[in-house]
Amino acid sequence: MIQLPDAERLVTALIDQMRPQVSSAAGLVGIRTGGVWIAERLHTALRCTVPPAALDVSFYRDDFDAEGLKHAVQSSHIPFEVEGRDLILVDDVLYTGRTIRAAMNELFDYGRPRSIRLAALIDRGGRELPIAAQFLGATLEVPARYSVDLEQENGRLRFALREKK
Amino acid sequence: MFLDRNPQLNKNGELHHLLSIDGLPAAILLQILDTAQSFVGVTGREIKKVPLLRGKTIFNLFFEPSTRTRTTFEIAAKRLSADVINLAVNLSSHAKGESILDTVANLAAMQADMFVVRHGSSGAPHLIARHVGPDIHVINAGDGRHAHPTQALLDMFTIRHYKQDFTNLRVAIVGDILHSRVARSQIHALATLGVPEIRVVAPRTLLPTHVETLGVHVHHDMAKGLKDVDVVMMLRLQNERMQGAFLPSPQEYFKFYGLTADKLALAQTDAIVLHPGPMNRGVEIDSDVADGRQSVILPQVTFGIAIRMAVMSILMGN
Amino acid sequence: MKIHIKNGRVIDPASGTDAKQDVFIGAGKIVALGAAPAGFTANRTLDAAGLVVCPGLVDLAVRLREPGFEYMATLESEMGAAVAGGVTSLACPPDTDPPLDEPGLVEMLKFRAKNLNQARVYPVGALTVGLKGEQLTEMGELTDAGCVAFSHADAPLTDTQLLLRALQYAATFDFPVWLRPQEAWLARGGVAHDGQVATRLGLPAIPVCAETAALETILLLVREIGARVHLCRLSSAQGVEMVRAAQQQGFNISCDVAIHHAHLSEMDIGYFDPNCRLTPPLRSLRDRDALRAALTDGTAAALCSDHAPVDDDAKQLPFDEAEAGATGVELLLPLALKWIEESRLPLAQGLARVTCDPARVLGIDAGRIKTGAAADLCVFDPQQYWKVGPATLRSQGKNTPFTGLEIKGKVRHTLIEGQFVYESR
Repeated sequence: MIQLPDAERLVTALIDQMRPQVSSAAGLVGIRTGGVWIAERLHTALRCTVPPAALDVSFYRDDFDAEGLKHAVQSSHIPFEVEGRDLILVDDVLYTGRTIRAAMNELFDYGRPRSIRLAALIDRGGRELPIAAQFLGATLEVPARYSVDLEQENGRLRFALREKK
Repeated sequence: MFLDRNPQLNKNGELHHLLSIDGLPAAILLQILDTAQSFVGVTGREIKKVPLLRGKTIFNLFFEPSTRTRTTFEIAAKRLSADVINLAVNLSSHAKGESILDTVANLAAMQADMFVVRHGSSGAPHLIARHVGPDIHVINAGDGRHAHPTQALLDMFTIRHYKQDFTNLRVAIVGDILHSRVARSQIHALATLGVPEIRVVAPRTLLPTHVETLGVHVHHDMAKGLKDVDVVMMLRLQNERMQGAFLPSPQEYFKFYGLTADKLALAQTDAIVLHPGPMNRGVEIDSDVADGRQSVILPQVTFGIAIRMAVMSILMGN
Repeated sequence: MKIHIKNGRVIDPASGTDAKQDVFIGAGKIVALGAAPAGFTANRTLDAAGLVVCPGLVDLAVRLREPGFEYMATLESEMGAAVAGGVTSLACPPDTDPPLDEPGLVEMLKFRAKNLNQARVYPVGALTVGLKGEQLTEMGELTDAGCVAFSHADAPLTDTQLLLRALQYAATFDFPVWLRPQEAWLARGGVAHDGQVATRLGLPAIPVCAETAALETILLLVREIGARVHLCRLSSAQGVEMVRAAQQQGFNISCDVAIHHAHLSEMDIGYFDPNCRLTPPLRSLRDRDALRAALTDGTAAALCSDHAPVDDDAKQLPFDEAEAGATGVELLLPLALKWIEESRLPLAQGLARVTCDPARVLGIDAGRIKTGAAADLCVFDPQQYWKVGPATLRSQGKNTPFTGLEIKGKVRHTLIEGQFVYESR
């Protein structure tokens, strides 16, 4: 039986890791949808001067041929200048690394950031690209037949485990 | 003869071709509008491209000349990083013997992923869609008098942008309904999206005999037709209508059916004015209305690119 | 050859016969019905148990496409198709290339047809030279060459004064004139019935008044001149009413209905199916029902196939560019049976519309099963289904709106002049 960690605790752990290492001028970029919720929490706790960005990577995914436009696509919204800024990509579950690759490609279409670091709530292994998180809540072993998703209910974050069809 | 399955949808009920608005459920129309919303954001950026359709080849197969529609499709395809080939099929070389289907078969053999087709005969894109392989998608860019689905979609997107709720609107479509593929598609789209009152305003010569069966109220008097409407959709009047005894002159047409500030004043004060373009100023629309504060004609063009990007993406992905 | 057809259900619409009866054939004629004549020894005995034996069908409009349109179909293929459909006498319209406006062309056609030894061909001559609507043809010479009537096929005849003269000239010699009522200007540019479907699909339309206005003109001229006129391919309820009223007033005027219009309507166009591009257009369901009623009550004397084979290249085009017409001679029998069954008519009554009644319109002695008549017979299985498609159609034209449909009524044997000209496997 897989023991799911407490998402709220992991958010606190992330904040503790990031506070000494992230300046208030950094741009937080949450990847929809789970990453956006986390980015909002981080934004408040880290007192960032610019609002958090929300990134929808649907148009940059590498699985379009097989999957098409899977979910209802939402717009990306980046309320700050990317050019020359230190960015932190924020995602809920780091898995194959392809979402992060797509997110970085999309960010570079907005401008040339000074740096990009990655904050993830959990790392479930199974990487298919050379991508790593600089700020990490926890690692979690999850067999491939399961998906792990972040959910928000009454303002509280929690993980859910589902068997893939 | 046999009631074929709707050729536009695949067996999962997803959009496989876009041939007409007629026959599409509201869910699919809304999917296109919602997807287009994201693409509006893209077109506002510095880098207006996304890599979604990289490696795909799209053929613009225009049997009827049209710079403006073809250009919008080309821009849309390029913003999706697809390769675009424009083919203006010269009707005289066409008459030399290569049939529509031969042309299409030859192009399909060149790894085409999608055809965007404009043709002077109603039903030509249906014919093409019936004969292409299962991995090729067809978009109707206007066929005869039958349909112009992407135009209607961008019109719906425009209306939603300014008015939000379809179920609360009165819409008037003014002009040559009889010959208009745009009007037919607009009527189907408005009806499917739940617009409660759709009016057509035209002289009897420019209305199809059974137009009420499309679900519209008929007006010959523009003053009555525009009263209290929220949206005015103008249609282009083609010069050919003066031949064939449909109308005596552009001047008389303008007198009865041209959109002037006075006539627009009969509509709601915040009514919007749409036109598919290109406009005949002084024939169907007065310049001060076309350039006025209620005109949304220029935004329509921007939205048109986003809509076409949305349609191409959805089709290629299904 | 002496033939004995036994155990068949013999139907002779002209006499109302519908009974199990044996048929005896000799020297090309029916020599006896019921009991064998004395000393009759059959060379061949055919057991027609479960089958219907009826007169060979008489089809008022079968395009053989020769001369001129051999790429669409040939005499061989189409006459083979006709006998496969149980048709033993057929009239062919003059819209060949060149049109049948010269005796030489008619003689050649009759000669070629005779040599094939299949259905009897009755050419309908062109009313005007080249079907151009300007100059009368030599109707006398053409009649001597074998024409049974004169028509303008689907070519527009806009000069009403010329129509008047043509009818007067034909009436002088009592030549029948066959006319398809279509007012050229009102129909101009149209490809589909002016109804809901054309409105929705954006197809240029042909209003009903294109037929009724032409009918009005024709009826008035017939009243004036008294010519023998047959109206081809009615398509509308209003048209039917006009013809019925004229017949009730004592006009000697007949009309026919094509198989497609007896069964289909504008709805069948579906997603622009070019197989439904027909002349006249398929009209509304109400019109179709009126045409069926006209066949039932005899206002329409004949159901015909309006056979028009078209090659694929000319059909697989956008609806308004596609060549009009459908292949149909092999569908005349099954579609007649379908109409009869759906209208709940006795078989003997319904089959009259494809046998003795069209024979009367043509003015030929055919469509009868009686002692002494030529042994032109159709032996068919009324219950056997077959699927319409390129593999089952003998015609070179595979263009039919009924493709893929399973229909009932399969011809097993066709005899002409006492010879088996077709037998199904």
